Amino acid sequence: MPEFHFPWIEVSILVPLFGAVWIHVLGNRDNILRHAIAICSVTLALTIGELIDFVLIGTFEAHDHWPFIDWMFDRDVFVVDELSAFQLPLAALIFLVTVMSTLRTKAPRFSLKLALVSETLVLATFSCRSSWTLIVLLIAATIPPYLELRNRQRCTRLYVLHMAVFAALLLVGYGWLSMTEMNSTAVLIPGALLTAAALFRSGVFPFHLWMTDLFEKATFGTAILFSTPLVGAYAVMRLVLPIAPSWALQSIAVLSLVTAVYAGSMALIQREARRMFCFLFLSQSSLVLAGLELVTPIGLTGALCLWLSVGLSLTGFGITLRCIEARISRVALADYHGLYHQMPMLAGFFLLTGLAAIGFPATVGFVGMELLIEGAVDIYPLVGTMVVIAAALCGITVLSAYFRIFTGHPTRTQVPMHARPAERIAVLLLTVLILGGGLVPQPGVASRYHAAKELTRLRLTTADATTESRESSQQKTSNRAAVAVATSSVLP
Amino acid sequence: MTPLHLLFHILGTAVVCSPIVLLAILGLSTLVNRPLSETSIARFTQAAVLFSLLPAVAILLIMLATDIRYVPIELGNWVTIPEEQFQFHLKFVFDRLSIPFLMLSCVLCGVVGAFTRRYLHREEGYGRFFLYYAMFFCGMVLSSLASTIETLFVGWEMVGLSSALLVAYFHERTNPVRNGQRVWSIYRLSDAAFLIAAITMHHMTGEGDFGGLMSSGVWPEGTAAITSSQALMVGSLLLVAAAGKSALFPFSGWLPRAMEGPTPSSAIFYGALSVHLGAFLLLRLSPILEASLTLQVMVISLGVVSAVCGAVMSRVQNDVKVSLAYASLTQVGIIVVEIGLGLKYLALIHIIGHASLRTMQLLRAPTLLRDYSDLENKMGTRLPRDAWVGAGFLPPRMQRWCYRFGFERGFMDIALDKWIVQPFVRVFRWCDSMERQVTDALSNEASRESDQAELHPEDLKSAA
Repeated sequence: MPEFHFPWIEVSILVPLFGAVWIHVLGNRDNILRHAIAICSVTLALTIGELIDFVLIGTFEAHDHWPFIDWMFDRDVFVVDELSAFQLPLAALIFLVTVMSTLRTKAPRFSLKLALVSETLVLATFSCRSSWTLIVLLIAATIPPYLELRNRQRCTRLYVLHMAVFAALLLVGYGWLSMTEMNSTAVLIPGALLTAAALFRSGVFPFHLWMTDLFEKATFGTAILFSTPLVGAYAVMRLVLPIAPSWALQSIAVLSLVTAVYAGSMALIQREARRMFCFLFLSQSSLVLAGLELVTPIGLTGALCLWLSVGLSLTGFGITLRCIEARISRVALADYHGLYHQMPMLAGFFLLTGLAAIGFPATVGFVGMELLIEGAVDIYPLVGTMVVIAAALCGITVLSAYFRIFTGHPTRTQVPMHARPAERIAVLLLTVLILGGGLVPQPGVASRYHAAKELTRLRLTTADATTESRESSQQKTSNRAAVAVATSSVLP
Repeated sequence: MTPLHLLFHILGTAVVCSPIVLLAILGLSTLVNRPLSETSIARFTQAAVLFSLLPAVAILLIMLATDIRYVPIELGNWVTIPEEQFQFHLKFVFDRLSIPFLMLSCVLCGVVGAFTRRYLHREEGYGRFFLYYAMFFCGMVLSSLASTIETLFVGWEMVGLSSALLVAYFHERTNPVRNGQRVWSIYRLSDAAFLIAAITMHHMTGEGDFGGLMSSGVWPEGTAAITSSQALMVGSLLLVAAAGKSALFPFSGWLPRAMEGPTPSSAIFYGALSVHLGAFLLLRLSPILEASLTLQVMVISLGVVSAVCGAVMSRVQNDVKVSLAYASLTQVGIIVVEIGLGLKYLALIHIIGHASLRTMQLLRAPTLLRDYSDLENKMGTRLPRDAWVGAGFLPPRMQRWCYRFGFERGFMDIALDKWIVQPFVRVFRWCDSMERQVTDALSNEASRESDQAELHPEDLKSAA
């Protein structure tokens, strides 16, 4: 397997981990937020370095050059391929902008240490292929939000219940899979268990209650960091896609499409901004999941494009809401707030990210959404139109939220609430990516299509191997039967 | 490429790029929080309109001189996946339909831009208005010249968003914002129908190019390359899209609401250009309509119903802008009937004449009321008003019903609220309450902290 020119993967995983230790050592200093921003920036730079190196190598997958923790893991545990090469910088960017947009006054509530630990776990997860390490990382990533809920003295039952089921399904499913021959039909049962686990983690209806509960009880930052990198979708790609038959995946896609419409409708009737965001996110992430489960190159390309778009745009949308919350506390959507004059820049960014999330033309989500609709209608001519309905509902929700938060009332207060420089930088960074990706979509689409094609090819290769070995085993059985018949006819 | 084609290409690119550049300038200055002065905005706007209009006039003159009826401008593929036959082709076309509509858009946008410069002078939202205006202008140019259904959709969406934001222009009041939301909701639903139609067309013909759809000839001579039943399916979806955009029955409810915006936006968007975009779509895809008799009957019926409703409603309104809006609806209904009957040139001429007249009427409306008031003061009495003689032939009960029908704006909003919005809200509120019960039961406590959210935490006393 080709090697990077530098151990990007391991260094980018270890930097936030050591950063968390450093933040712990620093204690409650005033400049702790700056340190956290610096650590996240370095991590982002490393993941961008990894992406550039990967593109320069021009291969499907690559691993580190001098793996200095190979005494702990197998050399091929942390591998970056065309799927994860883009997800790693995206995840690092999500963490950076979330930390950057944290107000200093709110830093004590939002645990920077746990955020950095979560970043380590997410980056390690995205660098990991199907293995027990991936299972452990997926389960470990559920712990930081739990610790925060505990620290905030909130009820953790619902979260623990869902995550325990998720962990159990993962462990049993992967354990069963390890003991099952890949060429037998018995692989369907562990496959179903792993799929159920991924659906739990992704919050697909009716397993989504933990997500709304998390958004209610955890800090907004933690909830964004736990949900927007779409770790559940990654679990589907690594654990389910290679083994599940197409018909099974395409049936599950219908469930994801139903979730997209259901969550889009629920978002529309919410009376509080965080819950609205949660359902909006669920709707969009379900569309990504649906695209992945279509297992056609075009559907997969759409889903991979939309994955990047959802990560960028909904993180932006979320951090804007978080900035507003940081200034006025929870935002009720039952009435108009008229905050435009207080925060015109945040208003513009709110609208832009919201429109990008629904795939408005000239934003990063547009082409992904088009491809996804094309792929969905290819497989299900009628059910596929649910993508369009979900997008329409989300579009109505976004503008409704914009109007309710920023307009509809004369200015209620003269207290200035402008964006701070760090918030502005975070906002502008995401804006450039959202508009840049929307105006020049071809490089992104071409790279995602290549990844989709490779993933589909690998899947077909596995399926062919399975079919061949099944046929050869059937052949052997029939040969044995023929020999037995011949023997019995020869023998008196 | 011959010199003539090169010239066409340069001029065509200028027409398309000019509004995009205007949008980029105004958008970037807003984004980086460096607002431009009123004079700069006005100059940029005038320049953008001129740089679109003059090349379009030049193209028209060259086409007339050389007797060329169809000029495609290929700007390449915006996105392409050759293996999957997926492409987003940036192709624009200058033909007998697009050139008049483009020139109409440029002229009316230019007039309204000049009018607004004084009308909104020193208004706080001056820059915001022109940003939305630029988006609208860009959307109109893209829609007018689009040669593929995807490009048309991009323009269509831009027109929709800018319209909704302009309705909510006076955003410190609740009513305009509510109305903007209403307009956007109807646009989104009709856009969904448009998108499904576009994807279906892609599947039927393998491409989104109108040229591929019309197997022979250019507008208006093309014939559809799809079967009658396919045409019925796609055409019905497009009819929903057109009805939403042109405020035809049963979506007419948004039209009076759109008059909450400033007069220039009402004039140009809802009186002149936006309401005709649905009719333009039907004209552009008229070969599909001709492929199915059922579809033609549907189009004619929709036009007749909309025209009659518009005529009744416009007579009983007590607001001049709303009355004019419904009068527009009547004319758009008649235009749709003309399209259904296959009278394409008549429909196109009707669109141009009606849009120009209505823009003039709407721009004149605020001063007209003042003039009437002055006149009545000088006369010392009210101006005489003629009742509609046609009403006299109706029985009194029917007259009362017509009055109520018109006054309640055809009960369309009430019907949409009662049969669509309220059941939708009721069903999902029920789902929400079920979710609440389950989470409360599993948590063994009241699980929603959001219930305690203050309604107005931003009030001075509690702001951070």
